[in-house]
Amino acid sequence: MGGFILRRSLLAIPVVIGAISILFVLFFMIPGDPVTLISGGGGAREVNEQTRANIEAKYGLDDPWFVQYKDYWGRTLSGDLGVSYKSNQSVNDIVKQTVAASGRLAFWAILIEVFIGIGAGILSAVRRYSFLDGLTTISTAAVSAIPVFVLGYLLQRVFGVIPAKNGWPEWATFPVQGIGPDTWVLGVIPTGDQWKYLVLPAITLASVSTAIVARLTRTTMLEVTRADYMRTALAKGLRERSVIFRHGLRNAMIPVVTLIGIDFATLFGSAILTETVFNWPGMGSELASALGSRDVPIVLGLTLVIVLIYVFINLLVDLSYAWFDPRIRSTIAEDS
Amino acid sequence: MKPSDSPPGDEGYAPGSVGDLGYGANRLDSELSDGAAYGLAETAAVATPTVSLKADVWRRFRRNKLAMLGLSFIVLLVLMAIFAPLIAPYDPLKIDTTQLRKPPSSDHWFGTDTVGRDVFSRIVYGARVSLWVGIAAGTIATVVGVIFGALAGFYGGWLDTVLMRFTDVLLAFPYLVLALAIIAVIGSGVTSVILVTGFLGWLAIARVLRSSFLQIKQMEYIDAARAVGCSNTRIMMRHMLPNAVQPVIVYATLFVGSAVLSEAALSFLGVGVQEPTPAWGLMINQGRKFIAVAPHMLFFPGAAIFLMVVAFVFVGDGLRDALDPKMK
Amino acid sequence: MTDLPATGHELLLHVDDLKVQFDTDDGVVRAVDGVSFQIHRGDVFSIVGESGSGKSVSVMSLLGLLPSPPSRVAGGRALWKGEDLLTMSSDQLRRIRGKEIAMIFQDPMTALNPVHTIGRQIGEVARIHDGLSKSQARRRAIEVLDLVGIPQAASRVDNFPHEFSGGMRQRVMIAMAIVCEPDLLIADEPTTALDVTVQAQVLDVLLEIQQRIRSALLLITHDLGVVAGTADRVLVMYAGRPVEQGSTDETFYVPCHPYTRGLLGSLPRLDDKRGGQLHPIAGHPPSLLHPPSGCSFHPRCPIALVPGVCATDDPALRPAPEGDGSHVVACHRADEADVIAAVGRTA
Repeated sequence: MGGFILRRSLLAIPVVIGAISILFVLFFMIPGDPVTLISGGGGAREVNEQTRANIEAKYGLDDPWFVQYKDYWGRTLSGDLGVSYKSNQSVNDIVKQTVAASGRLAFWAILIEVFIGIGAGILSAVRRYSFLDGLTTISTAAVSAIPVFVLGYLLQRVFGVIPAKNGWPEWATFPVQGIGPDTWVLGVIPTGDQWKYLVLPAITLASVSTAIVARLTRTTMLEVTRADYMRTALAKGLRERSVIFRHGLRNAMIPVVTLIGIDFATLFGSAILTETVFNWPGMGSELASALGSRDVPIVLGLTLVIVLIYVFINLLVDLSYAWFDPRIRSTIAEDS
Repeated sequence: MKPSDSPPGDEGYAPGSVGDLGYGANRLDSELSDGAAYGLAETAAVATPTVSLKADVWRRFRRNKLAMLGLSFIVLLVLMAIFAPLIAPYDPLKIDTTQLRKPPSSDHWFGTDTVGRDVFSRIVYGARVSLWVGIAAGTIATVVGVIFGALAGFYGGWLDTVLMRFTDVLLAFPYLVLALAIIAVIGSGVTSVILVTGFLGWLAIARVLRSSFLQIKQMEYIDAARAVGCSNTRIMMRHMLPNAVQPVIVYATLFVGSAVLSEAALSFLGVGVQEPTPAWGLMINQGRKFIAVAPHMLFFPGAAIFLMVVAFVFVGDGLRDALDPKMK
Repeated sequence: MTDLPATGHELLLHVDDLKVQFDTDDGVVRAVDGVSFQIHRGDVFSIVGESGSGKSVSVMSLLGLLPSPPSRVAGGRALWKGEDLLTMSSDQLRRIRGKEIAMIFQDPMTALNPVHTIGRQIGEVARIHDGLSKSQARRRAIEVLDLVGIPQAASRVDNFPHEFSGGMRQRVMIAMAIVCEPDLLIADEPTTALDVTVQAQVLDVLLEIQQRIRSALLLITHDLGVVAGTADRVLVMYAGRPVEQGSTDETFYVPCHPYTRGLLGSLPRLDDKRGGQLHPIAGHPPSLLHPPSGCSFHPRCPIALVPGVCATDDPALRPAPEGDGSHVVACHRADEADVIAAVGRTA
């Protein structure tokens, strides 16, 4: 098992190297004039001489590509992500300011996804054809199809705008913009009014993922009930409930965990959209606005950080498969 | 009374073959373990005539009401896109400063937007952009994906490793993040959206096809084809591809749906379709500020996107069920 | 209904005219249509038939393991030590499963839970029926693994199913079945999923175990070779109905039903002439949805009286012309010894 963990972790390294290199190719080799790009030009704007000289000096743009590549790695490994063209703030600072907000939102969204998603799926499967099952099936189908940004506005309107307009009571009205007081305990638990600001964005971010997790859980639980080993367990004299939960559940979770892992990619994307809709000051909305102002250093820097986080999360998920599915422990899990 | 001779190889029966009291090639052992299939397996094997694959798939698809509903909606969208000039009552680009942000009325069924343009007309024309992006990106992704997947799966070896490592690295990026990074470099606009979506889409299709190829490569009929002297290309094209393409079809259909969704998201973020072209995602972006006073600007494009995604999901699910040999 | 001679052993299972049906979208499938047999303590009884003959269905219905819907017991009784398995409460049935009647399934790869160690799966039986603690159950699991011939049982008890070869996995299944020393072991095609070389080993283990714990063995198979070597009595099924039943010796040496004769005749033999042909049974297995009228074998039967009684009347089980009376056969022409003798190959 320990060997498996090591092997898996080592496999992540070339991927990271590759990803960072691709960003290099993307930002420094492809554009015709990197200077314009980095200085936020691109369009009719002219770059003034001084800025051009500074940028060329810093990034060594006259050097051959392999020297640039080496310098790029040097900068990256020393943690220097550059400076925003627009605000002259160091990108590192921007990252520090925004990562916490994104992290908290993501944390709660994932909790919702896992517990409500899996729970609803199990309930649905166990009480098949009941009203609850029908309700879950329809609502998950609907929710999984609503684009995140549409859902965000829908929730804003129903829970924020309409109550405010019509003078509904305090407890039924939710704020629709911003992060609020930004008060947290233990890093992730909202205190005071904070939770009110958290609710709508978290639900929005979690929505699509929760719906597909619920659907898949239901499907796998139903599949698992037809598996041969379930019949064997019955034949041994186990109660039906024991059979479902002790034998079926863990097997059913295997594909679900896989899905949750794959779904992280969409979660990151949805986070960008959700943060934009709710003006939640995280990395996502920062990335979106940097895009709008073509502030390339921020885009590049944030992308880099996001990729690293993503690879790390994937690694953790991969390792967790091994706990769920002992068959994985014996082999290096490669796609076949 | 003469016993009838069973036609050799017909439906795979070889009655009384060695040690096996009835079924020869038609091994139903996998179904033997599922109690419910005992009677069914025999019934199916004896009672169902063989039908061509396409007809069979279409027949099963047709029975799925949701899938047919989805398909009808997509057809409707396509017609709407093609005949937009005939359907839209107003010019979608026409600005009318006297009719700013009017709610739905008999003049303007879906109301007007922030510069007085008719929302309904813009929605109708918006279908064009969405479908164009979806189909173009889908085609690029499928063609490129199939080529790469086939080459990787068929030749294996270093070609396979290189391609797979490459896709692994690209997949190390969350989809939207990479899309945005690329757009930051190549600029916004419809073409960018198509390129980015298509480019990121072929990865998954290549993987799916490669898995299929790897599986099929081990089947005996490939060895048989080679033993008979077929060239590599022939084997790939005529023997492997038709069999491997099934999951790709399902995936490609679902992909068109997600490509359209991507276009909506990118337009919403402001880097997709640009003003003044009507696009559903862009319309939502414009409607953001007015959520309190003119929600219709958000509602209709949102509903349009939602319905379209749902339609593709139904069709994709329906296709998958129709192609799945295990379902009856 | 046949009367069997007293064997002096306790009668454990008495199945009487069992009928099991499936309700499908296309109609009612008569999977088992009137099967009867008796099993005494220590017996080795075998049910033989093709896929679709109803052999597995009849046995699974005894323990209530068929998904219902769509399956349904449509008639008959199955008396286990006097009580009807088909009508008892699920709690009662649950207590019998694994403890008094244990089942060994066909495909050990899918029949074992891939995420639990085999020690846990084996020990589970002891824990629920005999109330053993975790450590006691583990020790029992090791004991039982040893009995079935798994080497290094003490360390392998913590392995997962995928870490065993096919033959070993089937032994694990056997081990799991004998934990509580049941009175009846039911083995559903225990060797079908295995390589030929391993089949013999597993069968040996099964028989040895059966004798050691003095349980009865009900063996379901389509492999005539397996039956000949192991069973005392055999029931041949076709299309859900019994066609011939009797001691293995008699049934195999003096088969009376055209189907049985066809089966035996279709097996290639060592003393066959080189270049000779195989003799399959002509025709296709019948549809259970719309079974043939009269005798269900008549469309394929070389001596069927068509038009005649074979196409209209379902033959009942009657004692075979020669034999000890326990040999029964369901054929209208069973008495015509010379006609029967011409079916299949002559010895």
